[in-house]
Amino acid sequence: MKKIVSEIAVKSPVKTKKKTSNPLVSNVPEGPLKDKWTKHKNDIDLVNPANKRNIDVIVIGTGLAGGSSAATLAELGYNVKTFCYQDSPRRAHSIAAQGGVNAAKNYQGDGDSVYRLFYDTIKGGDYRSREANVYRLAEVSTNIIDQCVSQGVPFAREYGGLLDNRSFGGVLVSRTFYAKGQTGQQLLLGAYAAMNRQIQRGKIKSYTRHEMLDIVIVDGKARGIIARNLVTGEIERHSAHAVVLGTGGYGNLFFLSTYCMGANVTAAWKAHKRGAHFANPCYTQIHPTCIPVSGDHQSKLTLMSESLRNDGRIWVPAKKEDAIAIREGRLKPTELKEEDRDYYLERRYPAFGNLVPRDVASRAAKERCDAGYGVNKTGEAVYLDFDAAIMRYGREKALTSGMKNPDDDTVRQLGEKVVEAKYGNLFQMYEKIVDQNPYKTPMMIYPAVHYTMGGLWVDYNLMTTIPGCYAAGEANFSDHGANRLGASALMQGLADGYFVLPYTIGDYLSGDIRTGEISIDSPEFDEAEKMVRERIEKLMSGRGIHSVDYYHKKLGKIMWNKCGMARNEDGLLEAMKEIAELREDFWENVKIPGTADSKNQELEKAGRVADFLELGELFAMDALHRNESCGGHFREEYQTPEGEALRDDENYKYVAAWEYAGKPSDAKLHKEDLVYENIELKTRSYK
Amino acid sequence: MKLFLKIWRQKDAGTRGAMVDYTLDGVESDMSFLEMLDILNEELISKGEEPVEFDHDCREGICGTCSLMINGRPHGPDSRITVCQLHMRSFSDGDEIVIEPWRATAFPVIKDLIVDRSAFDRIQQAGGYISVNTSGRPVDANAIPIQKEKADKSFNAATCIGCGACVAACKNASAMLFTSAKVSQFALLPQGRVEAAERVENMVRQMDLEGFGNCTNTGACEVECPKGISLENIARLNREYLTASVKG
Repeated sequence: MKKIVSEIAVKSPVKTKKKTSNPLVSNVPEGPLKDKWTKHKNDIDLVNPANKRNIDVIVIGTGLAGGSSAATLAELGYNVKTFCYQDSPRRAHSIAAQGGVNAAKNYQGDGDSVYRLFYDTIKGGDYRSREANVYRLAEVSTNIIDQCVSQGVPFAREYGGLLDNRSFGGVLVSRTFYAKGQTGQQLLLGAYAAMNRQIQRGKIKSYTRHEMLDIVIVDGKARGIIARNLVTGEIERHSAHAVVLGTGGYGNLFFLSTYCMGANVTAAWKAHKRGAHFANPCYTQIHPTCIPVSGDHQSKLTLMSESLRNDGRIWVPAKKEDAIAIREGRLKPTELKEEDRDYYLERRYPAFGNLVPRDVASRAAKERCDAGYGVNKTGEAVYLDFDAAIMRYGREKALTSGMKNPDDDTVRQLGEKVVEAKYGNLFQMYEKIVDQNPYKTPMMIYPAVHYTMGGLWVDYNLMTTIPGCYAAGEANFSDHGANRLGASALMQGLADGYFVLPYTIGDYLSGDIRTGEISIDSPEFDEAEKMVRERIEKLMSGRGIHSVDYYHKKLGKIMWNKCGMARNEDGLLEAMKEIAELREDFWENVKIPGTADSKNQELEKAGRVADFLELGELFAMDALHRNESCGGHFREEYQTPEGEALRDDENYKYVAAWEYAGKPSDAKLHKEDLVYENIELKTRSYK
Repeated sequence: MKLFLKIWRQKDAGTRGAMVDYTLDGVESDMSFLEMLDILNEELISKGEEPVEFDHDCREGICGTCSLMINGRPHGPDSRITVCQLHMRSFSDGDEIVIEPWRATAFPVIKDLIVDRSAFDRIQQAGGYISVNTSGRPVDANAIPIQKEKADKSFNAATCIGCGACVAACKNASAMLFTSAKVSQFALLPQGRVEAAERVENMVRQMDLEGFGNCTNTGACEVECPKGISLENIARLNREYLTASVKG
């Protein structure tokens, strides 16, 4: 690790105690890969039902991971408290996931298996994830579908009454289960319903409009949280025997992203500052198919599901003059002849075509736009075209409806109906935002920040380096390596929450059956509450020059320009310096109207942006230290002559877990070497 | 474009609110309605005034958080969308726009344009689920084939985002469309039939307890629902409820 930031003086806003370093023990069970999970479940300690009644668990976040953990833990008998900043657990951003959820059911009989799902996920992650975790994920994936169907999740079905599947990027089978373009909504409502059942039974106490502002460590163990009631502004103490973070990813670091406006890193970052190592922060997924940015006023970006790449073909004009004519409004895309179009994904990656993984598709779009072939006013958009699919479906529909020689207009009408049935809500979303009809003219898309593979380091049991503090779903780092495949986030969230964490946590909690209720009147709670109060006071006493959004937008620009789809050493060094300066400016000059003892959305945002301003620097430092390209982390210095990512397995085949040490640039690096016993490391190719 | 806004301001649940006038210039037609409010808030903050608080989160029409009454219509003038999907191209230079929170006894105002919709959560807690254990080992997902038509109808009911526009649109502030969507999702599936009678009775009881008004079938809810939840669901709820009471 190079000395890179000695010249930057950063005033740390919060004082922290010096901690000893935690060794990274992955706790992966011995034995053959396929038996590890079963063996582990047989070996770990359990808590008997009577004792579970005496054990409290706090779950932060009520998306797929948090909601499903909470429901299952309560059902097993633990006393659960859930916290979410939204007004209802049902509104967590898992609700916005569109395309689907993977499972190795092999209902299509196309050669799928647990091993193949495992292999695809490891390869898709560019060989930067932990084998045993990924295998377990693939193994429990089939349970998810059984579970959700029994809960009444209305997945799409075929006319015969059985479940339908579709394909996602980076795989050659159809293993994705879906509910139109609202799969995340339906799965989350399933987890929310399971939570509701436990709330009604009194086993879950749900705190909505509450935000966790610190984690409380007693005798080295996570024993509670400090939360702010967002309606009254009250600071509350809550104790438990374990704390589960299902708090999602940190993509809002970039300001513009497909995340919801409230998504934040605060809970994970507070845990980090109390001793949880943060792993691979620079692994960010930039999703290829999002609606392009239209102007400076923009507050968020909207995804167009990857499932659209099943049927849509991606292209730009083959000639630069045509691209210019389109940008200037002199030429319509529908007027361009087939031979004047460059279906660049099909050209570069014939085997996977439009269904290459997200990192590959995003970089390819950037490459074409950077070369001057972009198709909107800003030159940062490519086409996603459904014309061929509409005609193909139309002809099929005409045949099955008994029409012998239908004319093109009839075929088109029939085809549009089929496409509407598949993707209707997505097309409607597009039309409302862009004001163009995607049935008649190709969609314009461009990559946008969508997911973060990095997150809190966890062992096989999903426990962070703080004993008793767990991280599930997107909040942890474990399963997707350097790039996540489509429809795998829902799979991981539910796998962690329904099938993994509720069991592995028992192993830890079995040591707490005689502990009794954790008191909230301890020096540790006093100290944590005091810190939270001081920080809020400090935020409220800024000199009042710029709004929170002013800083958030500035941070976003630094991140997108210097830590985005392509990164290089100079840019990353600049980013670290600029973020540190921006942070200092923020703490001196931020302006927050109103008071802290009432509902105050600016104060809520300020706390979150303050944490992003620390994470951003660590992110850049992580990207800088990783002198290779892998998955979503693309360093311009490390690429093949064809512009593909160039991995360095000899030096970087490890998880980078950062230990907090006072300020982001002082973070201490710990490495977990990734051992591949079952998979041969290869150059990832989708050609 | 230049807009004349009339916005409901209310400090907290215990304080009386009032409409306040604001003039906002430089609004572009590509902006979303909430981005227009973002700009207003930036201006207010720079003047040292408290920004207008409003609920919003996903900004893509799916979380159901945003909840504004715009010129007397839930989610504004466009149909089949939420406020966050509404764009300023639906308005013209010089327009006066009246922005209020949902108005219903069961949705008390928390601050400005934010209301408390936890009554919806409690209706769902009363029975909006199938009582199966998440940690169990259920049968294979394909063991029970389900007619596509029914599965699709169940899905359509399940797409309700719980925003409360139906309540806001109803002259009686009835929550029948919301409750019926949840009842229908399960009533249409074989898995959900087992507890159908108990479910509808419990959910309707909770709905009444929360202080929502009665349904008089005007259909305003269906017109304003951003997800197009059909009145057919209310008919189904009534059928389910009647059957349950007769059997009970």
